[in-house]
Amino acid sequence: MALAVEEIKKLITSSIPDASIEIKDLMGDNNHYSAIIKSKMFNGLSKIDQHKLVYKSLKGKMGNELHALSITTEEK
Amino acid sequence: MEIKEKIKNLIDSNAVCLFMKGTPDNPQCGFSMAVSNVLKHLKVNFNGVNVLDDQNLRQGIKDFSDWPTIPQLYVKGEFIGGCDIVKDMFEKGELKKILKEKKII
Repeated sequence: MALAVEEIKKLITSSIPDASIEIKDLMGDNNHYSAIIKSKMFNGLSKIDQHKLVYKSLKGKMGNELHALSITTEEK
Repeated sequence: MEIKEKIKNLIDSNAVCLFMKGTPDNPQCGFSMAVSNVLKHLKVNFNGVNVLDDQNLRQGIKDFSDWPTIPQLYVKGEFIGGCDIVKDMFEKGELKKILKEKKII
């Protein structure tokens, strides 16, 4: 199972509405992505909590349909 | 033993504990290999726990940390992060700093 870039973006923005998201399909296989996500919601949170917010937005897909998503989070 | 208890024991009895796919010398996933290599590079003495050996542990550690992916790094009982965070901290020199503060290296 794989997840398309647009679908990932939609999931993230549904939980983090102000997110600026840049996603790269690293191998062109819809399965290995890297994402840079910027949001005000990250302000003041630890990296761990920032990543947790992103993981939560993906609603359990991380580690399942979505095998590899490398995440970089930045405050806005 | 309850899986939660087993995990607690592992992170309490190993100052640096890496839950990973495969072993430090034979990693089975690029992300696990990356973190393992960072620790080796910093000459950290760590215990690599292969979650592929135990399905309960593989799911258990995700629930324990509330973190959906492997690898997961614990230092002195504290969850440090997954591959992206550990790599980022390594590049910024923060990981070395924490390991020194905690008297690991």
